Order: sequence, then C-alpha cells, then structure tokens
Amino acid sequence: MAFEYAPAPESRSIVDIRPAYGLFVNGEFVAPADGESMKTVDPATEEVLAEVGVAGAADVDRAVAAARKAYQRVWGPMPGAERAKYLYRIARIIQERARELAVLESIDNGKPIRESRDVDIPLVAAHFFYYAGWADKLGHAGFGANPQPLGVAGQVIPWNFPLLMLAWKIAPALAAGNTVVLKPAETTPLTALLFAEICQLADLPAGVVNILTGAGDTGRALVEHGDVDKVAFTGSTEVGRQIARSVAGTRKRVTLELGGKAANIVFADAALDQAVEGIVNGIFFNQGHVCCAGSRLLVEESVSEELLARLKRRMTTLRVGDPLDKNTDVGAINSAEQLAKIRTLTEIGEQEGGQRWSAPCPLPDRGFWFSPTVFTEVTQAHRIAREEIFGPVLSVLTFRTPDEAVVKANNTPYGLSAGIWTEKGSRILWLADKLRAGVVWANTFNKFDPTSPFGGYQESGYGREGGRHGLEAYLAH
Amino acid sequence: MPTEQKAAPARLAVRKTYKLFVGGKFPRSESGRSYPVQGADGEFVANAALASRKDVRDAVVAARKAFGGWSGATAYNRGQILYRIAEMLEGRRDQFADEVRTARGGTRSAARADVDAAIDRWVWYAGWADKIAQVRGNANPVAGPYFNLSAPEPTGVVGVVAPTEPLLGLVSVLAPVIVTGNTVVLLASETQPLPAITLAEVLATSDLPGGVVNLLTGRVAETAPWLAGHADVNALDLTGVDDADLAVELERTAADTLKRVLRPPLTGADWKAEPDTDRLTTFLETKTVWHPKGA
Amino acid sequence: MTTLPAGAGAAEFAAEVTATAASLRTFLHGLPGVDKVGADQRAATLATRSIKTTAKQWALDLAIRMVDLTTLEGADTPGKVRALCAKAMRPDPADRGCPPAAAVCVYPALVPTAVETVRGSSVRVASVATAFPSGQVPLSVKLDDVAAAVAAGADEVDMVIDRGAFLSGRYDEVFRQIVAVKEACGAAHLKVILETGELGTYDNVRRASWLAMLAGGDFIKTSTGKVSPAATLPVTLIMLEAVRDFRELTGRQIGVKPAGGIRSAKDAIRYLVLVNETAGDDWLDPAWFRFGASSLLNDLLMQRSKLATGRYAGPDYFTLD
Repeated sequence: MAFEYAPAPESRSIVDIRPAYGLFVNGEFVAPADGESMKTVDPATEEVLAEVGVAGAADVDRAVAAARKAYQRVWGPMPGAERAKYLYRIARIIQERARELAVLESIDNGKPIRESRDVDIPLVAAHFFYYAGWADKLGHAGFGANPQPLGVAGQVIPWNFPLLMLAWKIAPALAAGNTVVLKPAETTPLTALLFAEICQLADLPAGVVNILTGAGDTGRALVEHGDVDKVAFTGSTEVGRQIARSVAGTRKRVTLELGGKAANIVFADAALDQAVEGIVNGIFFNQGHVCCAGSRLLVEESVSEELLARLKRRMTTLRVGDPLDKNTDVGAINSAEQLAKIRTLTEIGEQEGGQRWSAPCPLPDRGFWFSPTVFTEVTQAHRIAREEIFGPVLSVLTFRTPDEAVVKANNTPYGLSAGIWTEKGSRILWLADKLRAGVVWANTFNKFDPTSPFGGYQESGYGREGGRHGLEAYLAH
Repeated sequence: MPTEQKAAPARLAVRKTYKLFVGGKFPRSESGRSYPVQGADGEFVANAALASRKDVRDAVVAARKAFGGWSGATAYNRGQILYRIAEMLEGRRDQFADEVRTARGGTRSAARADVDAAIDRWVWYAGWADKIAQVRGNANPVAGPYFNLSAPEPTGVVGVVAPTEPLLGLVSVLAPVIVTGNTVVLLASETQPLPAITLAEVLATSDLPGGVVNLLTGRVAETAPWLAGHADVNALDLTGVDDADLAVELERTAADTLKRVLRPPLTGADWKAEPDTDRLTTFLETKTVWHPKGA
Repeated sequence: MTTLPAGAGAAEFAAEVTATAASLRTFLHGLPGVDKVGADQRAATLATRSIKTTAKQWALDLAIRMVDLTTLEGADTPGKVRALCAKAMRPDPADRGCPPAAAVCVYPALVPTAVETVRGSSVRVASVATAFPSGQVPLSVKLDDVAAAVAAGADEVDMVIDRGAFLSGRYDEVFRQIVAVKEACGAAHLKVILETGELGTYDNVRRASWLAMLAGGDFIKTSTGKVSPAATLPVTLIMLEAVRDFRELTGRQIGVKPAGGIRSAKDAIRYLVLVNETAGDDWLDPAWFRFGASSLLNDLLMQRSKLATGRYAGPDYFTLD
C-alpha cells in the first residue's frame, strides 16, 4: 500500500515581506539616489515578492563613506570585547528569529524549508557565535601579537546560501574590526535586508554594516571603489577573474570563493548505502546550487553497476516541490536564467553522448523546476564533466585504480572540494594527500562548520572562510 | 682606436660560461642569445644567457614534473636538503662574496656580511620544513561526530621575479617558496644575475631534485609576462618587479587563471630584517579533511 | 557482494554461501560496511518527515494493525494474557472502526491461554522461545521450547540468536541453530531476534540480518526488549536495507520487527517513513512489518482520537490492561 505524505507546509504568516525595500546605509533604510529598483521573485511560484532598491555609484560612495567613518570613529577603536558582545547579540537574535529567517530564505531562494531550517539558519547563528569569541582574542590567532583590521570591506555574495554567505562574510570582518558594505545577490536580497533590521535591533553602531542591493553593476562599483581596503567575493569563476583583474595595482586585499567541479570518488569497498546518501547529498542538496557540489561521480568500475542501481532507486524517493513543504527534498531552481543554463548544459550532455536519466518526480506547473538527473557514459571530454552546471545534475565516470581516480579527480582547473568513499583508512589518507582541493570529505559530503576553513585551490579561488584561518582574510599583519 | 698591447698573463684564467638552470641541467637559452653583464664598476663581467619564452615554457614543464616528488617528499627530507644547500653555500663563501661585490660594489666585508646573512637565512627557512604545518594547521572542533583537520599544502608551481639584491634577496625569496614543497621558475635579477647562476651550481650539487628550482636570466619584461600567462603556473611572486606598470600588467595577466599574486613591496624591502612567515604562507593552500567518527 | 546466477532462488543462494563455515564467514565479511555516522544521519533526516492529516490517519491505523502486543514478564498470568488479547482484538472499545492489532506476543507457557482467547479473530499468537531472552541453554532445550510453543498453537515463534557464538565468530553455529529452530517451527512463522543492543556495531547488525535470512527466518527482529538499547531508527534502517537487498538478490521477502522502546505514535510513524523510503511500500503491511510493543498501542489510539475529534485525548479514556 502506498504511503502518500499529505502536504505539510510551513506557515508563511510568520514573515512580513514589505512591498518595497530601500538600501541599508549608515544604520537606516534609504532610497537609492537615482530611485532605481528591481523585483525579487519567489522561484517556486514566480510571484513578485517585493521591490528592492538598486544601488548606483552614488549609493556605493555613500555606503563606503559611512563604513569608513564607522571604522575610524567607532568600530576600529572599540575594544574587541565590546565588538564581541555586539556579535553575540546578533547571533542570539538570529536564533530567536530562526524560523522567520528560514521561511523567508526558502521563499526568496526556493530551497527546501528542511534545509533552511536545519542547515542554513543554524549555521548562520553558529557563525556569528564563533567569530564573536575571536573579537577579543585576535592576538592569539597566530597572525602576530597585535594584528590590525584592514578597514572597509566590500563584500559580494551569491544567491545559493544568501544569509549563510552573508554570515561567512560579515562575522569574521566585524570580529577583526573591519566595517562592511555588502551586496547580496540580485535574486535573493530579502534575508540580507532582514539582517539589516537585526543589526538595528542589536543597536549595532550606524555604518558598521551597510547593505546595498543591486545587480552586477552595483557589485562592480563596490569592488572597484577606491576607498575599499578589502574585497571578498563568492560567486562565479568568471566574475572572480574580473575582480582579480580590477584590483591589480591596488593595495586591496582579496579573497575569492569561486566555482567547482568536485569529484566524489567511490571505491568498491565503500559503505555503499552511506555512499549513495553522500552522492545524493553531494549533488542534490540545495538543488545542486552549491559551489562544492559533488557533481562528478567517479566510481570504481567493479561496483559501478550496483552503485548506479542503488543511486537511481534512491533518487526515485526524492521529493521535488514546494520549498515550504517540510517533506520537500529538492526545491525550486533559483531563477529562470539558472534554469535555462541547466537545460542548455544537459542538452549538450545528451548531444555529446551522455545517457540521461531523470528521477520520475512530478513537478509543479508554475515556477522553476528541474528533476534530479544523472548522466552516465560520461567521459572527461564531455562538457558536463568539466563545466559547473550549478544544478541537480550528476555526471558519472568510472575508474579502475586509485591512481586513475586521482588523475581524473585532479583533471580540472577547479579545486574546491572532493569526496572519498572507502572503508580503507590508509587509502583515504593517501587520497586526501593527493587530491588538489581545499576541502576533502571522506565518507561524508557537504558538511560545513564555522570552525572549519573552506576555500579552494586554483580557479576555485583563494583565501579561506571559516575557522581560525578565516580571520586572516580580514587582518593586516 | 689603437690600444696598448697587454702582456699575456703567466696563466690564463678559465672563464665560466653562465647558463640557465632548468630541470637540474645547465642549458643555454634555446634562443641562442646572451647579454653582457656589467659589474658595479660598469666593467664587463660575463655574458649571461638571455632567456626566451620557450625557456620559460621548458622551465615550467620541469617545475611541474618535479612538483609531485618534491611536494610528496617528507618535510624532514626537504629540511635536510635545504640544510645541505646551506652547507654547500658555506663552502663557497669566498666565491659568493667576490661575485656579490663585483655585482653590487661596496666593501669586501659588506659583501661577506651579505653572504653570511644569506646562508643564515637559508638555514632559518630550512628549519621551517617540518614546522610550518604545525604552526599553520590545526584541528577544528566541529559541532558533530567528525574528525576535522586543516593543514597547509604547497600551492604548486610558483613563478618568482627575484629582487636585485643579488644573493640575500634571491635567497630570501627562493628558500621560503621551495621549503614547503612548491617548485619554482625564478627570473633572476636582470642586472645582477650571476650569483643566481652560481647558486644554481650549489643547488645542482645538494641533492635537490632536478626541476624543483629553475633559474632563468634575461629581460624580466620579456619573460615575466609568459610566466604570468602560463596556465600551469599557480602563483606569482612579483617582489623583484621594479616597473610598476609591468607589475600591474603581470597581476592582470595572472588573474586569467586566478594565480595567487604577491605584489611588489610598496617601499624597498629590507632584506637584512628578520623575516616573518608571510613568504612561506603566501604560497600555501589550506586543505581541510573531514571524516566521520563512529564505531 | 556475491552476485547470484540468473534464475537462482533464495534456497540455491543460501545453499551456496552457507556450504561451509568458511564460505559463510567470507560472505558475511564481504557485505558492504556501514558507516555509523552516515546511517545515523540518514535515520535522523527521515525522522524529520512531517506526516499530517490524511497521511497521519492512514499511518496510525496501519501502525495499530502492525502491533505485536506484548507481555513478557515473570509475573504474567492467564488473566493478564486474556486482558492483553482482548485489547489486541478490540483496541478501542469505544470505536468499532478501530482495527485490531496484528498479534499478541507471550511466553510459551501462556500460549494456550492466548490461543483460546483470540480464537475466531484475526489476531495471531506469537510466542518467544529458545530460552528467551538469553538463549543460553543447549540447543535441545531450545528446540523443546519451540516445539512446546508450536504444539500449543503459536502461529509465530520469536527466537533469539546465540549472541555469544555470533560475537566470537562462530557464524556457522548460529546458522545451524536457526535452521534447526526453523525446522521445529513447522508451519509457524519464525522471527529471529538479533538483540542488536548486544551486537555492538551496525556492521554486525547487517551480518546478523543476512545470517538470519540465509538460515530461513521469516522475520528479523531487533530486540528482546530486555536489553538497552532496544529498537532504534538506525538499526531498523540497516535491517530494512538488508531485507530490501536480500529480496533483490534472491526474490524472497523477509519481514522486519523493531521491538522495545517504541512508545509513541510519533515514533511509530517515523518507523513507517523509514520503511516507506528504505524497503518500499511492499513492506507497509502487517505481514512484513511489526512493532513489538505494549504501551505504544494506547498512544496510537489517543492520536487517532485527536485526529477524529480535533481535541487532545486523555489516558483515562483508553483501557489499561
């Protein structure tokens, strides 16, 4: 008999989305200088959620000036212990309003409420809590006895984990004594704007945190602003390249967290049921909108048939749909643009000879959706094995020996993350040494923690976020 | 113009041919070119090889080939080899002092002091081989049943434009890059390149695997852009780039493959000052490994 | 994992891998390992499923139909067992629409009373046997125990495996005992209790599950209820994976019974979600999945009443026997 789960929607009534939002500059919401605005949309319904300001060059000037003033007069001179207490306060308010933030994140981003509720928002609070404690202990962090802040940080974040990426940027910057101007992604500005309100509730001094909404032009103006000391960016490798070019010849310090095409390597002796879970979590978590997603599955040939059968069976149980339904596993694709990109790349995958299999999930009529998909018969030469799809699409390749696995795994200009599945300890440690990636998950995948540094090799960017290492990006020494 | 006929010396000195150092060998530039190097007094000292883009290419190939073995060697082994290099340097103190003095001028004792500082600097960096991971790595107390460890790893192939300070400056940029397991393509000081090639002779006889250090002499403006644009170079140290416009251009080029870039110092570097770990850490990546803990 | 020649059934497969003590050992140690953290996490994630309204109604009724209402006390008497049987047959006297439990589960001495009481109803009689709960008696005594229960009319026999033999690696001995018990059962269904709380690792749970299935068990059951921990979600997950894989390999379907420690309707529904998303809906039937429990039944009834009336129920309104 079939067990049909009835809809179990989280209530939207907990969030109060205003019809229009200004920019958050110097502690208050202000209209953009030239009055420009954009719409943010619920990707699950295509419903317009709010009008949001588009910051222009004059707004960037204003926000950077506010941040500079706050840095010089308030936040820079403030004892670390006092900065810490502000950050602890913010962490607590986030915990208190966790449900509201989770619902808003799912509405604006399309991610399942189970993830925003159990992963994103708890990690956001944990991140502020972790870095709060560093604010008055910077001399013990291993970057000199008296490390100094850099000044004003210009930060640009992506749409895949909107509030979590904000936390990764703002928490260490503030702990180290910097002030920030942050631009959330064009399609997911709402939780950053709610965060601005949280800053007000925490009585954070004006200008310490400034939030400028807008698109690529706003981000460019911020990154290229002459009075910004530090640039932190998470997003595509292409934009990362432009930023690296634009800062040439300046004294700006830069950290970049860019794309990836992670290999998830499964050996025949792996704990197969957990490996299947790890593969699913690796590529279908957050609709595959994850820079460190395990998008290239490398399976030892002797077990590939069995593993794929298990994987497909497991994929048939994935529940795709309403992000606010507590039983949804895979939510909406964040935007029409991203959906088009995923479709294009998967079509190319088919044209190039990949065998496509999509989970037979019913998809809603409205909104942006893509069924969890696996491509087999993929080789290193296929575009779907090389390019970041940033969607719920897995490419499967095989290998015969550990050496071959290493060669294939490393055969990419990226180097953000990698996965290893084997019950043999010495093989894990050998592979962990050989894989050119900043995060190696062995017998697990897509785990994050405020104490754990995250960041890539090669074209996946430079610098680390999280942990003691994450402080270094915001300290002069 | 008629010149005075010199009397033949009692014994004719055997001159050294200064060549490149690539893959553990001393080839001439594939271009067949050389350029005259003058001493501080403006007198001709020797011809140095004038490296071309193809020499850069060969050097990067050699450096990449050496990377696996060198980065995979034990830290103790790398430390031993670097210390061995210091021992070899010590044995050639007089030769280096002569070359430094010829290149840079100044007194003999100043040149000696520089050589001694360079040797001591090398020893200082050699000792970091098996300590940097302990200073830069740590366990991370994650909120879950996981082992989680961050440790530094070498960035890969590093392109270095060495400063003009002919031995101390050279050693100060080279030793920190290789001690952690990187391999190097180094562009020696354009005007004072000869001590670098003599250093290569030391490297070639110190158990340092061929290709770990590759030294090119020539015009920085000609070769550095090829290094900055090479897709198999992972990082760039622009310390020795004196031309600010060139430095910007190189940084921009390096951005195409997101190389890690160490910009030239704002003011002239003080090579005599005690170094910190920045030159080590700039060319390190942090790798974090997770594993569940369960019976 | 060993691959099966096409067309071979469970018996051929079992004969092949259990041919010798060595082949059995090789097979059990060749099963894929279980990563504890990953398994725990999977079970925990499935436990966040939110089962509401019509789905909850359906699940509560199914769970009631899956209960093996159990009493296994030294102080059990015919009177106690008669009351238990009455409860199993009609869990909610106030509601004729409430389904009966699957079975009652008692000691062998009380089987005649139970058989007598449930006669004519759909409720089956299960008896623990084989010197439950320790099993530390000679095989002949275990077989006599089983024979007595079956002779008294038990429909189902819940045996315990020899954990000592299992943990010391004498898999063949455990195998032979189960085979002998199965034979003694005759037509009665055999549930094999692994006592997972004593096995120490999920790898052992997986091996013991396969061992029991290969030896002919009809059900694999987590626990006696006398050892802590008893049933847990991750242990049940491992066992559900085992029956799923066994059917895939041999074509034979085996049931699963978590027992002990399942007290709330919420817990029971989590188990049903686990069944649904691990083994699949073929197992969502009292023939293939049971709960060994006693107090669980009343909580299921209270939740059922809450759904029907829209108000929270009180324990005084449900019978305690």
